[in-house]
Amino acid sequence: MSADTDSDPDVLGPDHTTVTGWGRTAPTAGWLIRPRTYEEAAAAVRECGARGGIPRGLGRAYGDAAQNAGGSVLDMTGLDRVHAIDATGGTVLCDAGVSLHRLMQVLLPLGWFVPVTPGTRYVTVGGAIGADIHGKNHHVSGSFARHVLSFELLTADGEIRTVIPGTPLFDATAGGMGLTGVILTATLRLQPVETSLMSVDTERAADLDDLMARLAATDHRYRYSVAWIDLLARGAATGRAVLTRGDHAPLDALPARLRTDPLAFRTARLPAAPAVVPEGLLSRTTVGLFNELWYRKSPRARIGRLQRISAFFHPLDGVPHWNRVYGRGGFVQYQFVVGHGREDALRRIVRRIAERRCPSFLAVLKRFGESDPGWLSFPLPGWTLALDIPAGLPGLGAFLDELDEEVAAADGRVYLAKDARLRPELLAAMYPRLDDFRALRAELDPHGVFVSDLARRLHL
Amino acid sequence: MKDAFGLPQSLLVLGGTSEIALATARRLVARRTRTVWLAGRPSAALEEAAGRLRGLGADVHTIAFDALDPGSHEAVLGKVFAEGDIDMVLLAFGLLGDQARDEREPEAAVRVAQTNYTGAVSASLVCARALQAQGHGSLVVMSSVAGERARRANFIYGSSKAGLDAFAQGLGDALHGTGVHVMVVRPGFVRTRMTAGLPDAPLATTPEAVATAVELGLRRRSETVWVPGALRVVMAALRHLPRGVFRRLPI
Repeated sequence: MSADTDSDPDVLGPDHTTVTGWGRTAPTAGWLIRPRTYEEAAAAVRECGARGGIPRGLGRAYGDAAQNAGGSVLDMTGLDRVHAIDATGGTVLCDAGVSLHRLMQVLLPLGWFVPVTPGTRYVTVGGAIGADIHGKNHHVSGSFARHVLSFELLTADGEIRTVIPGTPLFDATAGGMGLTGVILTATLRLQPVETSLMSVDTERAADLDDLMARLAATDHRYRYSVAWIDLLARGAATGRAVLTRGDHAPLDALPARLRTDPLAFRTARLPAAPAVVPEGLLSRTTVGLFNELWYRKSPRARIGRLQRISAFFHPLDGVPHWNRVYGRGGFVQYQFVVGHGREDALRRIVRRIAERRCPSFLAVLKRFGESDPGWLSFPLPGWTLALDIPAGLPGLGAFLDELDEEVAAADGRVYLAKDARLRPELLAAMYPRLDDFRALRAELDPHGVFVSDLARRLHL
Repeated sequence: MKDAFGLPQSLLVLGGTSEIALATARRLVARRTRTVWLAGRPSAALEEAAGRLRGLGADVHTIAFDALDPGSHEAVLGKVFAEGDIDMVLLAFGLLGDQARDEREPEAAVRVAQTNYTGAVSASLVCARALQAQGHGSLVVMSSVAGERARRANFIYGSSKAGLDAFAQGLGDALHGTGVHVMVVRPGFVRTRMTAGLPDAPLATTPEAVATAVELGLRRRSETVWVPGALRVVMAALRHLPRGVFRRLPI
C-alpha cells in the first residue's frame, strides 16, 4: 500500500515547546505553529483546540502576552512580505510578520521611516499594533496605531475582515494584545526623512525636578525625546538624568562625505550575550558603577551631534540576546504612566525606587502626548517611567504591588506589553474601557479561541 | 496563571488539613492566590481550615479526597481540574505513624507506606497529567529529610518518604520541558501536630518557615528545597557516614 496518502513531507507538524517573553520569566509550554500562508494561518486558528491560540511576533513583549500554556502559539514571522510601497504618498502595505528592522531596510533608501519605533527594531508590525507601541516621538506623533490606515484581521470565525480606524474593532485591536484575532497585513503611513542620520542634543539634569522642568519646557521643540534616569542615585542627586533629544537630520546638516549616500541604513552588531551568565552579575555595585560612568561620560550639553538611527533608537539591538545578562531568573520590566498634574505620584515613586536601591540600569522617563484611541492602549498624556529589574530581587513582587497602588491611585496605568505580575484587581481601574473590550471579545470570539497567558492571568 | 515570581493564582492542596500546607496557603493567599482547593477526608477540621482561608479573602472549595483510595483519584482530581487551571498543586498529605507500634503491627506500617508513597504516586501522576495538558503549573511535593537516609528511630516513615522523594525527582525529570515544574521540599523536624510530644531535633523548624522556603523555591524555580537550608550540608555529610557510625548517632 502506498504511503503517500497519509504523509506529506512538506507539512510540518506543530512543535511542542516552552515559551517565555523577553523577560524570561514564567515559562509555559504550547504548540508552536509557523504559518507561511494566510490559509495556513486560518487553518491554525480553526484547529487550535480547546486551549485556544495567540499570535506571536519576535517575542519582545517582556511578559506573558505572546505565550499560551497548553494551547497554540502562532509564530507570525513566516508571513513577512512587503507587498507594496507608495514611495510618493508614503505608505506601505506589508504582512504582519514583517519586522520594523526590515521596513527600515527597504524604506530608508526611499526616504521614508517607520512612523513610530520602540527601543528595538525587532518587533513585528502585528505586534506593534497589538501592543499599540509608542516611541520617543509619542508627544508629537502618538502611538503606532495612529499611523495605521487599515489592517486585515483573521477573526475567531475564520473570516478575514478589513479594519479601518474609527471602528470598534480597530480600537479593540490596537493595544488588544492579539486577543481580537490575528493581524495578517497592515497599511501604514510613513514619515518622510532626508537622511538616515539623527541630529541629537544631549544635556544632563541634576535631579528629578530639574529633569521634569527641562522636559516640560522644551519637549515640544523636539520630535524625539527621552531621558535616562540614574535610579541608584540618592539624596540630592535623586533622579539625575541624561536627556537625549533630536530629529532626523536634514540633508544640509550632513558633512560632505556623508552626502553621497545620505539614506544608507547602517547598524552595528556586537557579539551576543553569553547563554549562561553568573547569578548576581547585575548587583547594586555593578549597576551603580555603570550608572555613575554613564552619567559622567554624557556631555553636560551638546547640540547637533549626528548619530545613526540604530544608535539613537535601538542601542540594545547591537547586543543580541541582551536579556540574558539578567541570568537564569530573568527580569521584569516595570513601566507605568501617570497623567499631567500627578507629578507628585511620579516623584514619590522615583524616591521609593531610589531608596529601595533596585539595581536598574535602564530607567527611562518620557512625556506622552495625547491619548490614543485603542481601548487598551497604554499612553495617556503625562509622564511614563520604565525600568528593568532582576526578577530574583528579594521582595520585588510586594514592592511593585505597592507601586501599582500608587499608580492606580493617581489614575495611571501599567503597560500590558511589559507586564508579568500585575494584580488583576487593579486592571479595571487602570483601563476604564476594559468592559468594552471584554464585551467585544465575548461577541466576536464567544468560544474564547484567542487566549494567552496574559489574558488568563489578568482575566482579559 | 503564575506570575513572573512563580506565584500561583490557584492552588490545590492535597492533604487539606496539613499545618505546613495551610501555612503555605496562607502565605500564597497573601500574595496572588485567589482560588484554593482543599482536598482531604471530609471533617470539621477541613471545613474550619477552609473557613480560615476564606477569612483571608480567598475563594476556597473543599473536596473529599482519600490518599488510601487511589482508584478514586482520577475522578476526584479530574473534577478539580475541569473547573479551571490549577497553577500549583501542593502534595502535603502524609502519616508519621508510630514506629514502635508499626514494627509490631505490619498492617499499620503498610498504611503509612500506602498513604505516603502509593497514594502520593497515584495523586502525583493524575495531577502531573492534568498540569501537562495545561502546559504550566508547579507540583510541590512534601518530602522529608527522613527520606535522605533511613534512621533506626523512624525508618518506616523515612523509607516511605525516600520512595516518594525518588519518585518526585524522576517525575520532575520526566516533565522537564513541558512547562510543568516539580519541586521537592525536604523539611527537617517541623513543630506541628504530627510531631507533638516528640523531643525537638536539632535545626527544628516551623510550618511558616517551610512556607517561606516554598515561596522562594517557586520564585527560583528550584527543584529541591531544604528547610532550613543548612540541612542540605548536614545531610550531605550524614549521608556518607559509615553505617556503623551512623547507627550509633543519637539521632
